[in-house]
Amino acid sequence: MASEDLQVVPIRHWGRWVVGALILGLLAALGFALADAQILYEDVPGFFTHEIMINGLVNTVVLAVCAQAGAIVLGVLLALLRRSPNPVARWFAWGYIWLFRGLPVLLQILLWFNLALVFKFISIPVPFTDAFLLHEPTNVLITAFVAALLGLGLNESAYMAEIVRAGLNSVDPGQIEAAKAIGMTPGKTFRRVVLPQAMRVIIPPTGNNFINMLKGTSMASVIGFLELIHAANRISSGNLEIMETLIAAALWYLIVVSVANVGQYYLERAYGKGVR
Amino acid sequence: MTLVRAHGVRKSYGSTEVLRGVDLTVDEGQVVCLLGPSGAGKSTFLRCVNHLETIDAGRIWVAGHPVGFVLKGGKLHELPEREVATQRRDIGMVFQRFNLFPHRTALENVTEGPIQVLGRPRKEAEREALELLTRVGLGDRGGAYPRELSGGQQQRVAIARALAMKPKVMLFDEPTSALDPELVGEVLDVMVALARDGMTMIVVTHEVGFAREVADHVAFMVDGAIVESGTAREVLDNPQHQRTRQFLAKVL
Repeated sequence: MASEDLQVVPIRHWGRWVVGALILGLLAALGFALADAQILYEDVPGFFTHEIMINGLVNTVVLAVCAQAGAIVLGVLLALLRRSPNPVARWFAWGYIWLFRGLPVLLQILLWFNLALVFKFISIPVPFTDAFLLHEPTNVLITAFVAALLGLGLNESAYMAEIVRAGLNSVDPGQIEAAKAIGMTPGKTFRRVVLPQAMRVIIPPTGNNFINMLKGTSMASVIGFLELIHAANRISSGNLEIMETLIAAALWYLIVVSVANVGQYYLERAYGKGVR
Repeated sequence: MTLVRAHGVRKSYGSTEVLRGVDLTVDEGQVVCLLGPSGAGKSTFLRCVNHLETIDAGRIWVAGHPVGFVLKGGKLHELPEREVATQRRDIGMVFQRFNLFPHRTALENVTEGPIQVLGRPRKEAEREALELLTRVGLGDRGGAYPRELSGGQQQRVAIARALAMKPKVMLFDEPTSALDPELVGEVLDVMVALARDGMTMIVVTHEVGFAREVADHVAFMVDGAIVESGTAREVLDNPQHQRTRQFLAKVL
């Protein structure tokens, strides 16, 4: 019979030690390489806080926030159209999503930026009169910012439409019946009952997309919009310190994305009430 | 005074006719129980009373109004949802699966209607909500979210939520069918108290004991029609129809 105080020997996970050591070794090698690389690290802080870089940072954030905000509003509308009993509305929303999700963002930005080649003026006439609500040369209206906003925002709205639709579909139909039963109008039912519950499903992929949007603004550099990449290029065009300026821009991207992560955490917590 | 009057109510889903001419009259203060086998159309009929389902033919009047419609030039014109919403304020409903708003506390569930629909001041609505929660025995659970409550507690909050609108009639759609057996009693107790206080109620249920205790009128439904109705004593103790006898023999 076994004695009651036999010693227990836990299994040794030798493999874990080996993998850990390998990773640390590789990281050390990378560190040595970077320390030895021909990078003027002492110049990076200067580029990081350079006036042009700060301008680029502000423009990047403003463009991303505006494009995402517009995309969310359009996305909700499109999702409602796709769920509408009206077949024309459903068909339109489907076609819109098919088109704007199907084309590369860069192509869309370029199309918008070059709109003046096909339309000299953008006009909104007042029906049955000769007056115009809007009549401006396309070149004046479609700045680099506007072209980037349209390209990024419309593409994103197609994705948002699908995210919002999934969120709305996730809400139990019994919730809508309960809201109706206490006399809520359809609008109140949507705002007070359906949307807050759909938000739990909508927020995580939206946060994901917003991070993509922050980085996607870099495509606006192609049309000369002064965002972070364009700022880095402009600084390095004078001093040829391409890597140093790009590293400064990279640091800003990581900071902005980290802030967005924190924001998403708090949003998820706010809409997780009663569920977690 | 007649509060609910249904006449010749018909309803089909595609080619399946689920209601084939239902007639029912409920007077103020009356408790009417709808019994019958599953698929008889009891729940569908109840959902027609507050226009959660649209009827194909016949008419349903609640408190003098044809629900979901307006009578104009001898025809019933269907109302837009916004206006049906106003009519529904008078009609409370309790669901089989509670359908509490999971993102709001018990108290917020109860105050949602008075504040958002009736535009009552928050303070006042909260005071009344607390009274209602106390009445269903949950005065101390106002801050709890639905998932923190048992099924029986959730259903009692749902009853308080419906009562907060001060409805003229309460509809109960199998309110105890989704509950664990030991939780059925607490919900039925609240409903019995409500009936004793003079609330007009239409109750779809399988609880024959409840029907016997509080129902002024029992209607037995089979295949989309009421085949037998009368006082609880008449229908439950001396059923005339073959199907009623079969059903009662199984559930009793």
